[in-house]
Amino acid sequence: MRLRDLFGSGGPLLGLLLVGAIFVILVGPQFVSPVNLELIARQAAIVCTAALGMTLVIVAAGIDLSVGSIVALATVTIALGLRAGAAPVTAIAGALLASALCGLVTGTLVTRLKVVPFIVTLGMMLLVRGAAKGLADERRLEAPATWLTGLLRSSTGGGFGLPPGLLGVLLLTLAVAGLLRYTRFGRHLFAIGSNERAARLCGVQVEWCQLAVYTLSATLAGLAGVLQFAKLSVGDPTVAVGLELDVIAAVIIGGGSLTGGKGSALGTVLGATIMAVIQIGCSQHGLPNWIQQIVTGGIIVLAVALDRWRERRRVGV
Amino acid sequence: MRGIRKAFGATQALGGVSLEVGPGEVCALVGANGAGKSTLMAVLSGALAPDGGEMLLDGRPYRPRSPLEARRAGVAMIHQELSLAPHLSVLENILLGIEPTRYGVVNFPRAREAARAALAMLGHTDIAPDTPAAELSPASQQLVELSRAFAAGCRVLVLDEPTSRLGREDGRRLFELIRRLRSEGQAVVYISHFIGEVRELADRFVVLRDGQNAGGGDARSTAHDELVALMVGRRVDELYPRTPREPGEPLLEFQGKEPGGASLTVRRGEVVGIAGLLGSGRTRLLRSLFGLEPIRNGSLRVGAWSGPASPARRWQQGLGFVSEDRQQEGLAGSLSIADNLTLSRLVGLGAGPLVWPTRQDAAAQSLIERLGIRCRGPRQPVGELSGGNQQKVALGRLLHHDVDLWLLDEPTRGIDVASKARIYTLLDELVSARAAGRPRAVLMVSSGFGELLGVCDRIAVTCRGRLGPLRAAAELDETSLLGAAVGAA
Repeated sequence: MRLRDLFGSGGPLLGLLLVGAIFVILVGPQFVSPVNLELIARQAAIVCTAALGMTLVIVAAGIDLSVGSIVALATVTIALGLRAGAAPVTAIAGALLASALCGLVTGTLVTRLKVVPFIVTLGMMLLVRGAAKGLADERRLEAPATWLTGLLRSSTGGGFGLPPGLLGVLLLTLAVAGLLRYTRFGRHLFAIGSNERAARLCGVQVEWCQLAVYTLSATLAGLAGVLQFAKLSVGDPTVAVGLELDVIAAVIIGGGSLTGGKGSALGTVLGATIMAVIQIGCSQHGLPNWIQQIVTGGIIVLAVALDRWRERRRVGV
Repeated sequence: MRGIRKAFGATQALGGVSLEVGPGEVCALVGANGAGKSTLMAVLSGALAPDGGEMLLDGRPYRPRSPLEARRAGVAMIHQELSLAPHLSVLENILLGIEPTRYGVVNFPRAREAARAALAMLGHTDIAPDTPAAELSPASQQLVELSRAFAAGCRVLVLDEPTSRLGREDGRRLFELIRRLRSEGQAVVYISHFIGEVRELADRFVVLRDGQNAGGGDARSTAHDELVALMVGRRVDELYPRTPREPGEPLLEFQGKEPGGASLTVRRGEVVGIAGLLGSGRTRLLRSLFGLEPIRNGSLRVGAWSGPASPARRWQQGLGFVSEDRQQEGLAGSLSIADNLTLSRLVGLGAGPLVWPTRQDAAAQSLIERLGIRCRGPRQPVGELSGGNQQKVALGRLLHHDVDLWLLDEPTRGIDVASKARIYTLLDELVSARAAGRPRAVLMVSSGFGELLGVCDRIAVTCRGRLGPLRAAAELDETSLLGAAVGAA
């Protein structure tokens, strides 16, 4: 296997190095100190987790707009569980189950009623957000402190001196990368995204794959919710509004294509990291939020434009 | 066009090609896939800028910067794949890009008049300008494309494989139309793989091979074999090889439901053909056998299994299907050759649910060599290959899956003679009694009656949704097949 397979086309990695170099010049060498790098990683972790699921969906030429709402639902579910005296593990399991259920509903609607995913998940986005608010009675739910809140804190000390949450995201990345590259399911997702009719002709169980991919994506969004809860240690039904757009942006910067058949797990992680670097870098350099947004927006458009340009040159059209 | 050159990266697609066509003349442009025909026409129609050479239109320098500019200058191109906007009406499609406007607002009464005039030029006032393009038959859609050319005042008309999507009758009507346009002083460049068409229609022909002029001459006085030899650069002595075949046990049995409905049996070690006109139900029959469409009027037995099944199940039962539509259904264009070849059978390329890319590549490499697929390697996206090589990938999938019964829908449509010859050889190898291991069976649909007679052992004809009886190919000829296809026999 070549590096090209790992990183899509190398573009996202170059982009990350470039953006990193710019902030090293602007902020100074302390920008790449271990402490700061960990800060960036923590910042990227939530988007990253949800974006890994989104990568699977986008590779199969789908889209999932409901991930932000699912993150909120997960935090509320955990808080409710903990307040009811459940063990943290049980609370997490409950949150993941609720999230998976959302994905199952999305997948069922997409495959059975043949409604386009954009519409289904747009509906699910509002529906799940509403459900989360209803469950939380439209309030932030304080929850008793447990080890959960230490998931993203470095003082608790996981393996390799990393917070356990980050270690989890790393493992998850490898798992999703392997799933896409080295399993039948992964290759089937690429085939569906590239040409659904050809996939069907080749005996790929298209409906089953789509159902699985939306369920998986929602479950990973639930996992992002667990990290979100760890970060804020409250169940907040209004958290992560608009997160789905950051998540989609991470996938696109990482080389994914909304028309399907393209995308990679490592590319997505790099995409999420690029966005985190810009956020942290801008705030450390004292740049206001609006500049951050302009830069991030520019990067998204630039990433896709560069990708298209390279593609055209290669094919020679 | 004189000394046109064009290179893509290191590949020289055109190395100084010249082409001339005068008013009232049909010039055929022929050549194997990848010979540079499409590139040359893309240059002519303004889609590509040449690296060198000059183009003259009516004696004046002509350098279109876009297809629209070329259309306005009077050069129109009709592509092999239809390029209509299916949601727009006939009217809007015809005038797309040249809408008559006033202050930026489309002047619909004038537009309607212009569209009617363009349709009338072709003698087809029967097409209503307000019909959505998607509701028209392929033949009518092509007429709309032609009207689009004439609405812009076309003087040089380029047709790329125009009959590949048409049935026999529609093709004949298109020829009449082209002849009439020629008599009205229109210059026509006609690209085709069908040598019969070229000899029937064209005045002159120009052969391209590997981006160079490889000859030309008078289309009618040049012998068929001579033309083929010019195109492939060598003599094609035996297009349809035949080794001894020994039909064995039936692999597929289809019994029509209605009284007197014919049955269809395909036995191991034979090639069975289905002939018929476009829309006669031949494609639907094949698709329903493979579970892509419901079986409506008959019962089916595949080996020990009877009744309908999904495509996934059919693959397991040892059937494989090649679609007539490579772009839309046959292949996943953005995926690699290796992915496309192995998609139906990833099992065995790794333990459990795993798939090892190295094993995928190894499997693909051996098929690339066996079928002579011209490519950079197993990881090249299949969409970058020429039509003939794409079709070899589509067929290679069945080899990889090692299926017993090959269902092929138009396996040689729109591909070059050399690739066709390779595919005919492959089909013969499959069913040959001398085959290593057990012989396979082939059931193929084709519009090419000559091809069916050359390749098949037995042939059935579909006509208006009905399947006729199977008859030995040796007892048939093109006339009797055509007779049965139009319902005369």
